[in-house]
Amino acid sequence: MDSWEGRDILSIRDLSRADVEAVLKAARKMVPIAEGTKTSRSLDGKVLSALFFEPSTRTRLSFESAMLRLGGRVLGFASPEGTSIQKGESLADTVRMVETYSDVIVLRHPQEGAARLAAEFSSRPVINAGDGAGQHPTQTLQDLYTIWDTKGSIERQAIALVGDLKYGRTVHSLAYALAMFGASLVLVSPPGLEMPWEIVEQLKETGIPLQSTHRLEEVVRVADVLYVTRIQKERFPDPQEYAKVVDSYRVDPPALREAKKDLIIMHPLPRTSEIDPAVDATPHAAYFRQAFNGVPVRMALLEMVLGVSG
Amino acid sequence: MRELRVTPIKNGTVIDHIPAGMALKVLKILGIGGDVTSTVTVAMHVPSKAMAWKDIVKVEDRELSAKEVDKIALIAPKATVNVIRNYNVAEKHKVRMPDRAVGILTCANPNCITNLREPVESEFVVVGKDPQRLRCKYCDRILEDVAAAIV
Repeated sequence: MDSWEGRDILSIRDLSRADVEAVLKAARKMVPIAEGTKTSRSLDGKVLSALFFEPSTRTRLSFESAMLRLGGRVLGFASPEGTSIQKGESLADTVRMVETYSDVIVLRHPQEGAARLAAEFSSRPVINAGDGAGQHPTQTLQDLYTIWDTKGSIERQAIALVGDLKYGRTVHSLAYALAMFGASLVLVSPPGLEMPWEIVEQLKETGIPLQSTHRLEEVVRVADVLYVTRIQKERFPDPQEYAKVVDSYRVDPPALREAKKDLIIMHPLPRTSEIDPAVDATPHAAYFRQAFNGVPVRMALLEMVLGVSG
Repeated sequence: MRELRVTPIKNGTVIDHIPAGMALKVLKILGIGGDVTSTVTVAMHVPSKAMAWKDIVKVEDRELSAKEVDKIALIAPKATVNVIRNYNVAEKHKVRMPDRAVGILTCANPNCITNLREPVESEFVVVGKDPQRLRCKYCDRILEDVAAAIV
């Protein structure tokens, strides 16, 4: 395993299975601190720069919470309005400036590849908090943690990825990571929003059990995990077509009648109508816990890349 | 009897075993337009023992840079480059597909950070040689049409 101190976290592809397992184990130890029942000052005196070139409530707040819970401080911006970026400054220059102000940089950017570029211009570790339709590795780690923590393992779990698998940012890297752990995958998407062929090819190469279907009801009975994503209205030229698709992919109590008792339902949030609020009260609902898990996972990563152990 | 379609050249470069139809792309890579000062000969759809049909490009009074040869390798992985000096083949080598293509291709993803005003060269990692697959180091996308992406 590579040394963690100073390491950039840009893409889940840069992490080996052992790397991911190290993060998951470290994250579990962080839970009491993330919940506020234990305190820590492990990152006392450290400064995190949060550069959010596009808004993202959940990711930004969970990074901030993670840093603050460990005694560190946060500076940055939540949108590029009013910053020098609006004057036409390049990302490379912004990063060269910011690295002199802080110990770690967290970057969210609308262009794919932005985090890798930033890492080339920064001697401080860069954590990718989402680059366009590209990678979002901390979301992937948080999803993996949720499955691992709830189910005890990721290997051999039957995981259905449901919804917009074509444009959905999180599902591509998640599918890759789940394959690395030997999960069995079912891809469930409306026609036209299937997983891109190049990702399907890569998944096939790993040799994991892999199936695709357009019908959600076919998988509910056998799945251990339903990972539901939002289907965006703008992907459909015809609003009636959209309405039909959304209806057939809605997860509600009747749809779960034949589900396994210990099925968990995940969602990267925000949700619209994909999951009926009536599901929230059932033991299947794991999405709020999943959202919370972003904090311990990011705490673990921050400690690791800043070279602080517990 | 073998018919000689093109006469020998005194000095310059002969690029042979170009896949049929790709000769014009090779000219584009070499920046050959209306303003050349030496003779350029292009033979297209020539019978070939090794590859059934091939294209050939002869450029007089010019030897290629390593970067130009790398670019040619991306669209003509089986090409041979013959350097001619005083009517003799002075050097003959097969192009080698590089492991990385730096600064010679533009990413086809309009939303890739390398297509913005940033001070970086594009970089592609060759992830498959036959069939050829190149992945953008920055945005992770596979480049579908390599010939169209050459700078």
